[in-house]
Amino acid sequence: MSFKEIFIRHDWDAVGASIEGKRAFDVEKALAADCVSLEDFKALISPAAAPYLEEMAQRSHNLTKKRFGKTMQMYAPMYLSNECHNICTYCGYSFNNKIKRKTLTDAEILEEVAAIKRQGFDHILLVSGEANHTVHVDYFLNSIDLIKTQFANISIEVQPLDQEEYEKLKKAGVYAVLVYQETYNQSTYKENHPKGKKSNFFYRLETPDRVGKAAMNKIGLGTLLGLDDWRTDSFFCALHLNYLEKKYWQTKYSISFPRIRPAEGIILPENAISDKELVQLICAYRIFNEDVELSISTRETQNFRDNIIKLGATSMSAGSKTNPGGYSVEPESLEQFEISDNRSAKQVEEVISKTGYDVLWKDWDKAFS
Amino acid sequence: METVKIADKEFKSRLFLGTGKFGSPKLMEEAVLASGSELVTVALKRVDYDSDSDNLLVHLKHPHINLLPNTSGARNAKEALFAAQLSREALETNWLKLEIHPDPKYLLPDPIETLKATEELAKLGFVVLPYIHADPVLCKRLEDAGTAAVMPLGSPIGSNRGLKTIDFLEIIISQSNVPVIVDAGIGAPSDAAWAMEIGADAVLVNTAIAVAGDPVKMAMAFNQAVEAGRMAYESRLASETGTAIASSPLTSFLD
Repeated sequence: MSFKEIFIRHDWDAVGASIEGKRAFDVEKALAADCVSLEDFKALISPAAAPYLEEMAQRSHNLTKKRFGKTMQMYAPMYLSNECHNICTYCGYSFNNKIKRKTLTDAEILEEVAAIKRQGFDHILLVSGEANHTVHVDYFLNSIDLIKTQFANISIEVQPLDQEEYEKLKKAGVYAVLVYQETYNQSTYKENHPKGKKSNFFYRLETPDRVGKAAMNKIGLGTLLGLDDWRTDSFFCALHLNYLEKKYWQTKYSISFPRIRPAEGIILPENAISDKELVQLICAYRIFNEDVELSISTRETQNFRDNIIKLGATSMSAGSKTNPGGYSVEPESLEQFEISDNRSAKQVEEVISKTGYDVLWKDWDKAFS
Repeated sequence: METVKIADKEFKSRLFLGTGKFGSPKLMEEAVLASGSELVTVALKRVDYDSDSDNLLVHLKHPHINLLPNTSGARNAKEALFAAQLSREALETNWLKLEIHPDPKYLLPDPIETLKATEELAKLGFVVLPYIHADPVLCKRLEDAGTAAVMPLGSPIGSNRGLKTIDFLEIIISQSNVPVIVDAGIGAPSDAAWAMEIGADAVLVNTAIAVAGDPVKMAMAFNQAVEAGRMAYESRLASETGTAIASSPLTSFLD
């Protein structure tokens, strides 16, 4: 059994209508619940919950503090390659964008790593496009081998792979795999991923199952906010999380909140999520699930990030570059998307400390892998 | 007040502390000092061995404070053993808080792997303090395996729910030959006092102090609660009378 069997039992439009149909009564019930259900989660992300935002924020703050303490884990993304054979309508690396493509060489990887280490990072996230003839599992294995002595924790955000490939990566030292469904609406998915291996909706949907079977320590989920209705998509993501937690019970989970950002050749969507709604969503996840990690990237603005520290987030990137070679080798190459918070890791650390939170540069040890 | 002895060390304070979740290492240090604790646990996964000045350890360098490295993050005995050996080398102590929780959600300890690891570690000369469920039989098995103490939980770690396992803690305390340290779930000084009153040898507290509005003051409150509870235990609490004295005693015919 995989998540597909649960997924097909839910109708996109019916879920959307059910969320829209939630009332103040449902929100209050959700906020009073000892054990928050998926129906409660629907209420918390519904328009009816908007007036309860401060109450939700207080609740999220307290739950996060209890579970994670006053801490913020820091990580840096490192783009290995912008080669990609997929067409994704929202991505700067889309196959149909005529940009200069680059895949880092061994020497370049080491140069980038040195620049990332100078900023203080001990957790790294390796990112790439999907170009299976050049940026394949052997390429990743080689990259990990090159850098593994320098990081306490290595995560990857690359194309969906097979179970055996995840097993190899885990053995090589990968701790977490991040793979976002982008949207759980099949027709929207199809419109936005017309070409390439990524156009296979169900292969992507079942990826976390394959990662779970490979006994990876952590799986990162998320939807691309703005592609379709964020409320309905987030319900499906929570459903996915719920299923995975019960099945792969030794695995940790994290949720990311990528919003569509300006990028080369991209038109911003009409389904965009506002700052207020994003806070509502983050708090809803925390109230729904006390121990899921919530991650905030530099897509968000300085002001938003400074204030989200206390609201439920548990990890943050900082000083990020979203282009291969961006830290040192080729700072001017094309970014996957524009980042909003351009401060250095050091500057972000200062803000976190001033907020009364402790920055965790290291929260894992290779000894456990 | 009597001291508590674990392996070869004696402790005046029966309050042990966790060092995670504090807003800064400095605040953690102040709380540890205010608590009077002489044994603090440190997550190995947070220690930066490569750095000469790991922030966390620098703040714990006080002559009266002993380090108790913990294996939080280990999912089985094999991972815990590996981490333990690394810790002994890097932190120069053979003391170890053995934590094996394969379930990242409630962080509940795995009894089978914990027993296995305790056996191995004791053979390797470690002073093992395993974090376990409040399971009296497991405690006896751990004694046989050479454990230095047992650390049963009051309720799930970080939950602040207090002594939900009270009935089992009482059984464990009544039959234990090694010190019993109530770990996890202690949410308020009154919980700590209660654990001490029923005869626990010590308690370990982290979340309730680390995320309190004023962690330093809360550390002092726990210090006092633990002392009060222990004194009450040593001075033998008057037992509760569950029933009223009947006006027509059943045994009066014997008079």
